[in-house]
Amino acid sequence: MVTSITSLGRSGLSDWMLQRVAAAVMTAYVIFITAYLMVNPDLSYEQWRGLHSSLPMRMFSLMTILSIAAHAWIGMWCVFTDYVTVRLIGPKATIVRIFFQLSMITITLLYVVWAIDILWGM
Amino acid sequence: MTKKRPVNLDVSTFRLPITSYVSILHRVSGVALFFSVAIFLWLLETSLTSDQGFEWVGNMFGSPLMQFVVWACLSALAYHMVMGLRHLVMDMGYGENFESGQLTAKIAAAVATALILSIGGWIFIW
Repeated sequence: MVTSITSLGRSGLSDWMLQRVAAAVMTAYVIFITAYLMVNPDLSYEQWRGLHSSLPMRMFSLMTILSIAAHAWIGMWCVFTDYVTVRLIGPKATIVRIFFQLSMITITLLYVVWAIDILWGM
Repeated sequence: MTKKRPVNLDVSTFRLPITSYVSILHRVSGVALFFSVAIFLWLLETSLTSDQGFEWVGNMFGSPLMQFVVWACLSALAYHMVMGLRHLVMDMGYGENFESGQLTAKIAAAVATALILSIGGWIFIW
């Protein structure tokens, strides 16, 4: 069995499932924020801060950033392993791809830490 | 396995159906969204850290360049979401053959276009 050490779930099936669960969470978040902005056209700073400092909203936002991280990891992995390949760009492809993947993972983790800092540091 | 096999995947010589274009754009928008997360987090942070920051985000960022950037990020999000929902429809077994796949691609593209135009109207005009 061929396994990949840089895919998130280490298996195509688990990545497939994770991708969809994460997508559902993000879609719910986008719909919620859109609806909230629509029903509160005269939103004030205090109200906006109040929303985001409530525990349920912090949990929802945290779940969303974790979903973004998982979803982006899986998606970017697909793109890198499809296009940054020996057949398409030559013998240096593997080292270039590993570099891209590690950069992607670093950025993803930075996003998560940044989001936690925003949500709990406000 | 070590024998060199002929490969003909010169995509530039293919005439691609609409299903290919919506799929490629789904990928492109996904990669764009990976970087857009930084913009979204920055906007969230700005809107939450000060009254002035909140006003600035609420009043659509003053500069046309910034408006364009946010519009592009939200458009990528809208497109990617609609095409993702199309994937879920296919996961449930609908629209899996070529004809119905072309139909759902057209419907999804129309919905995405409408959303992108609405977002543009909201940011630039309203």
